[in-house]
Amino acid sequence: MTVLKEIPEKWFPIILPQQRKKHKGLDGGKSKKNRAEEERRVRANDREYNEKFQYASNCIMTSKYNVITFLPVNLFEQFQEVANTYFLFLLILQLIPQISSLSWFTTIVPLALVLSITAVKDATDDYFRHKSDNQVNNRQSQVLIRGSLQHEKWMNVRVGDIIKLENNQFVSADLLLLSSSEPHGLCYIETAELDGETNMKVRQSVSVTCELGDPNNLASFDGEVVCEPPNNKLDRFCGTLHWRGRRYGLTNQNMLLRGCVLRNTEACYGLVIFAGPDTKLMQNSGRTKFKRTSIDRLMNTLVLWIFGFLVCMGVILAVGNAVWEGEVGSLFQSYLPWEPPVDNFLFSAFLSFWSYVIILNTVVPISLYVSVEVIRLGHSYFINWDQQMFCAQCNTAAEARTTTLNEELGQVEYIFSDKTGTLTQNIMTFNKCSINGKTYGEVTEPLGPQPKRLDFTPFNPLADPSFCFYDDALLESVKVGESLTHEFFRLLSLCHTVMSEEKSEGELLYKAQSPDEGALVTAARSFGFVFRSRTPGTITTTEMGRPVTYTLLAILDFNNIRKRMSVIVRNPEGRIRLYCKGADTVLLERLQPCNQELINITSDHLNEYAADGLRTLALAYRDLSEDQWEAWSESHRCADKATDCREDRLAAAYEHIEQDMMLLGATAIEDKLQEGVPETIAVLSLANIKIWVLTGDKQETAVNIGYSCKMLTDDMTEVFIISGHTVQSVRQELRRARERMIAVSRGRDGGKEGWGEARCADNGCKGGQGGDAGGGEKQLQCSAPPPSSFMDSISGEFALVVNGHSLAHALEADMEAEFVSTACACKAVICCRVTPLQKAQVVELIKKHRNAVTLAIGDGANDVSMIKSAHIGVGISGQEGIQAVLASDYSFAQFRFLQRLLLVHGRWSYLRMCRFLCYFFYKNFAFTMVHFWFGFFCGFSAQTVYDQYFITLYNIVFTSLPVLAMGIFDQDVPDRRSLEYPKLYEPGQLNLLFNKRQFFICIAQGIYTSVVLFFVPCIILSDATQSTGVPLADYQTFAVATATALVIVVSVQIALDTGFWTVFNHVFVWGSLGSYFTIMFALHSQSLFGIFPNQFHFVGSAQSTLLQPVVWLTIALATAICVVPVLAVRFLKLDLKPQLSDTVRHTQLVRQKKRKPAGCGVGGAWRGTGSASEGRLGARGGSRRSGYAFAHQEGFGELITSGKNMRLSSLALATFASRHSSSWIDTLRRKKQGPGPPSAPEEGGPAPSVPPLSNSSSVLGGSQDAPLEEEAARNTQPDPAPSQIAPAPASDSGGAAPAGSAQEAGAGPLGAATARCHGGDAPGGWMLTLGSVQVSCLYMEPCDRSSALTPASSSLPQEEGRRGPHRRGHRVGRTLCRHGNHPAKLKAGGSYQADTTHTK
Amino acid sequence: MGKAKVKPGPLGRRPDNSAFKQQRLPAWSPMLTANSVLPFFYVMAVICMVLGVWLLLTVQSTQEIKVDYTDAGTCNVCLEMRKNVSNAAKSCSCTVRFEIQKAFKGDVFFYYGLRNFHQNLRRYMDSRDDGQLVGKKANLKNPSSYCEPFSKDPSGLPVAPCGAVANSMFNDSFSLTYHGSSGLTAAVPLLRRGITWYTDKNIKFHNPKIDNLTLPQVFEGTAKPLYWQRPVYQFEPLDPNNNGFINDDLIVWMREAAFPNFKKLYGILNRTNKPFKNGLPAGNYSVEISYNFPVQYFQGRKGVVLTTLTWFGGQNYFLPIAYLVTSGLILLVAVVLTVVWWKFGKNGNNMQE
Repeated sequence: MTVLKEIPEKWFPIILPQQRKKHKGLDGGKSKKNRAEEERRVRANDREYNEKFQYASNCIMTSKYNVITFLPVNLFEQFQEVANTYFLFLLILQLIPQISSLSWFTTIVPLALVLSITAVKDATDDYFRHKSDNQVNNRQSQVLIRGSLQHEKWMNVRVGDIIKLENNQFVSADLLLLSSSEPHGLCYIETAELDGETNMKVRQSVSVTCELGDPNNLASFDGEVVCEPPNNKLDRFCGTLHWRGRRYGLTNQNMLLRGCVLRNTEACYGLVIFAGPDTKLMQNSGRTKFKRTSIDRLMNTLVLWIFGFLVCMGVILAVGNAVWEGEVGSLFQSYLPWEPPVDNFLFSAFLSFWSYVIILNTVVPISLYVSVEVIRLGHSYFINWDQQMFCAQCNTAAEARTTTLNEELGQVEYIFSDKTGTLTQNIMTFNKCSINGKTYGEVTEPLGPQPKRLDFTPFNPLADPSFCFYDDALLESVKVGESLTHEFFRLLSLCHTVMSEEKSEGELLYKAQSPDEGALVTAARSFGFVFRSRTPGTITTTEMGRPVTYTLLAILDFNNIRKRMSVIVRNPEGRIRLYCKGADTVLLERLQPCNQELINITSDHLNEYAADGLRTLALAYRDLSEDQWEAWSESHRCADKATDCREDRLAAAYEHIEQDMMLLGATAIEDKLQEGVPETIAVLSLANIKIWVLTGDKQETAVNIGYSCKMLTDDMTEVFIISGHTVQSVRQELRRARERMIAVSRGRDGGKEGWGEARCADNGCKGGQGGDAGGGEKQLQCSAPPPSSFMDSISGEFALVVNGHSLAHALEADMEAEFVSTACACKAVICCRVTPLQKAQVVELIKKHRNAVTLAIGDGANDVSMIKSAHIGVGISGQEGIQAVLASDYSFAQFRFLQRLLLVHGRWSYLRMCRFLCYFFYKNFAFTMVHFWFGFFCGFSAQTVYDQYFITLYNIVFTSLPVLAMGIFDQDVPDRRSLEYPKLYEPGQLNLLFNKRQFFICIAQGIYTSVVLFFVPCIILSDATQSTGVPLADYQTFAVATATALVIVVSVQIALDTGFWTVFNHVFVWGSLGSYFTIMFALHSQSLFGIFPNQFHFVGSAQSTLLQPVVWLTIALATAICVVPVLAVRFLKLDLKPQLSDTVRHTQLVRQKKRKPAGCGVGGAWRGTGSASEGRLGARGGSRRSGYAFAHQEGFGELITSGKNMRLSSLALATFASRHSSSWIDTLRRKKQGPGPPSAPEEGGPAPSVPPLSNSSSVLGGSQDAPLEEEAARNTQPDPAPSQIAPAPASDSGGAAPAGSAQEAGAGPLGAATARCHGGDAPGGWMLTLGSVQVSCLYMEPCDRSSALTPASSSLPQEEGRRGPHRRGHRVGRTLCRHGNHPAKLKAGGSYQADTTHTK
Repeated sequence: MGKAKVKPGPLGRRPDNSAFKQQRLPAWSPMLTANSVLPFFYVMAVICMVLGVWLLLTVQSTQEIKVDYTDAGTCNVCLEMRKNVSNAAKSCSCTVRFEIQKAFKGDVFFYYGLRNFHQNLRRYMDSRDDGQLVGKKANLKNPSSYCEPFSKDPSGLPVAPCGAVANSMFNDSFSLTYHGSSGLTAAVPLLRRGITWYTDKNIKFHNPKIDNLTLPQVFEGTAKPLYWQRPVYQFEPLDPNNNGFINDDLIVWMREAAFPNFKKLYGILNRTNKPFKNGLPAGNYSVEISYNFPVQYFQGRKGVVLTTLTWFGGQNYFLPIAYLVTSGLILLVAVVLTVVWWKFGKNGNNMQE
């Protein structure tokens, strides 16, 4: 059940699959048809041909019904539910006259009610699906029909059509990218809707088609694609393009999938391959599994038990019937002969069994399921409505996306949280810095008036308006012109891999691949060192209002081992300087020893910053002489070209130059925690909820955040770090951690646990043997985890930090239990470097071993798996994509709302649901069991005690609303108290309020009530008479008296159970009683009887009965007997063993009495404190945790130096060109004319073909060989134009390649790159089989850096001068990635032509 | 659902700050404190006690005598006779004598009682046609299927009134005679009217009406129930208000008893004449019974009951005793609770965190 809310239009394509989750519906049939499809043939621009195959059209249908099919299909679906079928079965039984002990309407009325409520809900849902389908299907797209672009609705797009997409448009079907406005047929897409990743991805068309450019060429394109049938693999596509007699291989790299958004690309053309339901987006939908709460499962078990009980009662009564018919009934036959089919008492007993099944079916009332749903729906609305879970910043209210899990929120024991975006805002702010031994940014008086935010604009018009800094000493220092301060910010503006985009003059937009870099560059910008633009070989900045262009000589890129990055630049004056920033631990070692004093001071500052939970970086520089640079650059080039151990050599080369640096200072960046995170975590852990952080981040970062959000504290006994790389070492580390815990806890408990001691010793000795890595089997046995009960009893505060690779071992089957027992003994667990799959595995692990309710919270696509596998998934909305939200059961904007969701809403939901269920079972047993007792007096003839109308209405009218009101509104303590006393949450975790024991108590109470309700009236009335002498022992009087007593008793009981009497409770309780009397009098009235004398036998009974004092005396007596014991037991319980909630309530009462005039603005006050809380809590005096907190990915340097990721928009280029008519373009031009070897790239040197950047580490050719794509190789090049370059294919390419130009020295190792140039009017292009850049190097963090970009060159005289200034860059990029020791299959490699910019 | 109206502005989606939506409705949250529970228990105990005593005193002023005549006196002859089905048409009467030692003061009610007669069997209870009994002409000739197998007589005529209930109508009749100490013998006058519920007599039962036709004409084409000796329109041919379906005895019988042992009102002492102006004087009485209703088939018993009434009905000792017992138990519980509270929970000791 999804609460439909207004869906932003942008979410559309992904909302659809979400709604489809439950049904396989109509398009399921279509896909079945397609399953027979073995391969797909699509011919471009040829609808007739494609129609032969009857591919699905682009019209999607997520709705289940239309007007005609609604009723049958919906009913069919509803009767697939067990409960409904059961009642249908009862209904059929009731239609058999011999069995029918109740009229058919006693079942059909509730059943019809339930069915129609569900049907209305389904119809509403489906209506919205229809609406959204229509909206999507009617979106416009531009289709190329007969050479002209026409607007078509999405649903009219056919397979084989060519579609034009424009920037920021949704891709309407799965397309083969044919050409784009960008050079080389590149285009950028955002796949957030598809997989939640917000980073942009590059797609590239097949080289032959990318030249097709304009609609006219495309209209004549008649290539045929043969590819795999539709499937749901988002990252795989395999097909071939047949065109002009040649075959071209197609991969996922050529595909634009439905649901993606085109970004930063003016326009592109694509050929529709899969449409509508065949698209990968739609194929991927519909797999969400249906979550059930533990109460649900318990309820189902109990209903089964009750069903068994019902059968037992039926059997007992049937046996009774057999006996009775045999003994008495047979004699009574003269007055009541057996019915024709009955010829003996056994058959009669058989019929009686079924009759009793009908009568007693109310122990499993149909209204139970409906009521439960209604209550949950109510709770969901309360969550949606909660103002205190509304985030004003992002205008997002909390949303319960599933309405079936609410009470489970009150039972959570484990929370698995993502870090980035969940605990932190993923916003880095430049907070403090230390320059030349002076610290800036300290807010001196924290309690004083809010320090003024510095205003940079008068000083620097280019300052970032959103940048905040409070210490004006730093600004002064900049203004005064302190050279070191200037140098500090100059470093920040130069040493980074940020890309800039300048939409209009002064409006800079930085695209940083890690937010901390962005923060640093932004800080430099605001302090007057504005990074404006970069090219592969230059960096242009505006320093104190003066434009300066630095020549970028090299980027010494970041990696995990180096933990630093450097740039070497030449300033306009010609001085070469190396700027380095990095982790203090590595950087401080590489400084010149002379300024030891400065180092000490800065080091102190770093400690201070780290203690504040800030991410620190140390900055340093080094002046290089021309000779030094020459020498180093030579050695670096050698290292780069080396085919073996390239990385090591490069690292050595870097190491060589990053020496003797001068310390500049340090920066401190705040990784902003979300509001209230530490408080929330503190409260949740007080509520005995264990919080595990699962993050993809590095260990240092994760631990840092762990400290700043108070998961880890300095007074923790010990923090264990598991970072072993092998099974053995992980096992050993785990065992050591356990031993340590046991030892510490034994020390605390005074060694009273002898057993633990022995165990520990045992572990210890064998651990020693096992440590030699030879332990094998023996070790396996010895390291069996101690019983969890023992581990549970461990006292002391421990924390565990597990690394990704260790986690992989720990999750293996034989170590699982060990890991769980260790981890669960810790107060906090942090897993870093975790893959999405591992996140899910960890969750599954706890689910499996702990039998506890788990909750996963996250915001990104990488959290989806864990959100789906946890019992409850929570998505943080409004940040990174919506994938997590869509997979989640609850979503809200801030982590801190979790405490309210769990401690308030969850707790209440659980409490209410438990009270509801207890009462519900009670009232139905009290109601139904009366029939059972009556059976012994009426010859087991299945005569009901009550009027059949009463039976029909009892559950749906007379008793439904009060219990619903309780289930929806009840509160034991107010919300504020449950946040104040987190311990109140514990009953839910221990499942105390509703379990089998509670259930039996309820049942027993119900049966007791039924006994009283039957026998008291039975005995009293059988002798009593009316005042007119008419006996009261007639059946109808008895029925009315019992029914009245029942209604009154259960009403009193609900009044006792209700702890929170709102207006609704009053209305419903009194209203139910009132409605009972009203309805009874109406049903027993003369007028109804006059119309249907045979249906309303009870005419006049209510009047005659309820006017008799003796009847009221009977009811009063029965009520007293029923209620007094309950009241006494409750009072005793409260008195002797009060629950915490009772205590809290009591104190609340006492407090209220003390001061009557209590304000009522509770909510507001709380909210105020919540929002006022600082995002970060200082933790002074802590241990030093300086973390090199680059949330950095390596490999970006290459991208920059290759220029591949440089989006030179026309504007930027124009401004660039106008401002610096500088070397870069000239070099390009020169290179075009005289191609030179890329391996000789010295600036001003004789090899102008390569921009000066090529000496940067990343430019040099890759050393990896890779299999050449066969298709590409076969694609022979007829006649290279003289000025074009055909790179030499690698030796193993195995294809007939044209002779490469000799100057392509760098192309030797080019490996897989098979570049082809086309003569004639086809512009030169390189055949690319691109391993996607982001896949290999940006996305996959852990891969070792091994990449190279090989420059190549080409030029296109033919095209030159056609329009606008043409520029060409020649870059062959190849990005390689190694996973572990396996060389990645190199698919990438290629070169592409320089941008041809179209100026508008 | 789905039609959330979005207001513009940064707080556009902010939920309303209403007490209902924020779950801050003013509410009364009662708690089971000693201050409320203990007094409640004592008050309850006292109330029950008072009621019990009062009821007991009231009940003690009533008098009741039950006479089982199944095989008493001369009735064993009739019992034997009824054992043989072939004698069903023959009449048999017998007399049972009993003595009233203390005069019955006030209204005296005369009941007949049956034991082990299951009027509460499901199929028995269903076996009637209220439509016919309320005088619907369609149902008269075409009784409901629920009446099976008593809806048609062997010749195929519809039975009126149909069904097992009517068919098994109790058809003994009684005449009570007083044998005064002075040798005076007087028939005890019984009012045979006004012994039904008002609603039954006036709403639930009507004779079918056809213009200008007499009752026998209306019932023409129907058969009498199998076990009846006379058709329904001959209950009291002279009194149109007590004949046919609105005969009091029929109505009384048709109000099925809830339990197998029951009594039904037969008549009320007519206190207009001496010596019955103050009720039944003490002395010997005899009941002359026209013994028709066979009970031996189902091992039943039958009897007559004479009783006087209080405001809450006949002699019923269970109710006052139940109240007294309940009162005692509540008192006991109240004392236990008080002790426990005094010892453990006083001053909210357990309530301190």
